[in-house]
Amino acid sequence: MQRLERRLGSLYALPMIGLLAISFLAPLLIVAVFSIMPERAFSLWNVPDFSAYLVLFQQGYWQSLLWSLGMALAATAILFVLCWPLAYGMAKVFRRFTLVLTLGVVLSLFVSENIRLFGWVLTLMKGGMLEGYLRHWTGSGFESPLYDVPIIIFGLIYVYLPFMLFPLAQGIAMIPDDLSQAAHDLGAGRSRIFREIELPLAAPGIVVGSLLTFVLAAGAIAESRLLGGQAVIVIADDVETAFTYNQNWPLGSALAVMLVMIIGAIAFYGVKRVDLDAIMGRRG
Amino acid sequence: MQTHPLARVGLLIHGVAILIFLYLPLVAVGFASVSGSRYLTFPLRNYDMKWYDQALASDAVHNLFWVSLKVASIVTLISVIFGFFGALAFARYRWRFRLSFQKLILFPVFFPQTVSGLALLMWFNAVGIVPDWKTAIVAHLVWVSPIATLIIAIRAYSFDPALEEAARDLGCGNWQILSRIALPLLMPGIISAGLFAFLLSWGNFPLSLFTTGADSTLPEWLYARMVSGYSPLVPAVGILTVLGSALLLVTALLIFYSLRLLRSRRFAVQVVSDP
Repeated sequence: MQRLERRLGSLYALPMIGLLAISFLAPLLIVAVFSIMPERAFSLWNVPDFSAYLVLFQQGYWQSLLWSLGMALAATAILFVLCWPLAYGMAKVFRRFTLVLTLGVVLSLFVSENIRLFGWVLTLMKGGMLEGYLRHWTGSGFESPLYDVPIIIFGLIYVYLPFMLFPLAQGIAMIPDDLSQAAHDLGAGRSRIFREIELPLAAPGIVVGSLLTFVLAAGAIAESRLLGGQAVIVIADDVETAFTYNQNWPLGSALAVMLVMIIGAIAFYGVKRVDLDAIMGRRG
Repeated sequence: MQTHPLARVGLLIHGVAILIFLYLPLVAVGFASVSGSRYLTFPLRNYDMKWYDQALASDAVHNLFWVSLKVASIVTLISVIFGFFGALAFARYRWRFRLSFQKLILFPVFFPQTVSGLALLMWFNAVGIVPDWKTAIVAHLVWVSPIATLIIAIRAYSFDPALEEAARDLGCGNWQILSRIALPLLMPGIISAGLFAFLLSWGNFPLSLFTTGADSTLPEWLYARMVSGYSPLVPAVGILTVLGSALLLVTALLIFYSLRLLRSRRFAVQVVSDP
């Protein structure tokens, strides 16, 4: 039986491994190779000279990298605070409302990110849905918050909320009720239960949720384009500009490699300490 | 531990507020799509459905719709088939590289889509393929098929190995186990994975952006027109794509429930007619 399981497991994994090898790993390899090519090379048959990495350090691309990572960090922290009570409610308190929330949040994911962000532009712009009606009813409006850094973070929070919410709820569901009850009976306050029982036991969900949001937000581009009006340039923007507008593939590749290395290191570090089987619901 | 009634109410309000937060922008898009004037300011002074008529009559929009539909349908089909097998390898069978395989599946989901799209563009260029809507299918698969695998895997975790062992003892081969046991057991997961696959592909922008070549999908067109050349046609087409996915969702749910109803009826009949 065990031998059969081993054989079937590797056999059934093959289609996905093949697909990802051809369409994901191979292209990444190409990017890595391109990143060491000389400036403006368009084929892989050149002598590598690593000049793109030099440009990358000299021309201040670390600024956009810092912006991306900083805004992603802020969005992740705010999302954690925003989602924890809701995830707690979904896992432990609500009954039917959990289904409503789950459906509501999942369905919103099916609407293209573009359309939803564009909706925020229409909502928040001067003469938009909020300001327009406010002015209509009270006679005074407000300055549009668009095209600034906070609104980009707002956009990240908006788009990546589901990616924090569901893993958190999953993590909180893993806390046995008896344990919080016992701590309560022994006289622990709400904040102590949170710190010493809920936080550590829900840690896998917290790690997965935070990682997902951080990583996705760090590579995000549409929020800063549509809401931020490029008030700051994010790293994904730099990558794209290097490829399309500047036609400098090696530079774009080097930027992509840098981004992937940082994200990959963080994701790898986090995923290593998480038991996927436990989170996704293996019984026993 | 009992939650205080007040805390309960507070949590409920928080939940409702989040739902409003998620859907508010769509309300704005909806309003904008029925605005009578070309230049949009709130509150709207006159309402007009002409943008919908224009969108529905436009050949360009038909074409975008068709490209998006083709891509999403094929992506769904392939994701579900690969995801079915992938999920069994992910969750059910113990094999040597299972944990590495799990990480390989997760990696593309975590990956910035702009970078995957660009990487694919360079890859196609290197092997001499000219991008069109078919290459976009490959691009979408990179992201959608791992998600389909994960969704089916959640279901596959509750696949009881004893069932398979029993079937084997009774002489079932691998093929019969797949079609008679694994497939029906994982069916709910497969259906939701299929829905996710279709809708995620339908709405995807960052992967399409670099990989569709001369063709264009709906989200790409919308983005291009949002950035420059706005007209109320943009929100109207946006709302139409949302309605398209809502329609699909409702149809899928209806089919799902009627199948379930049918099956439980048939089962009841069998039980009753058995002596």
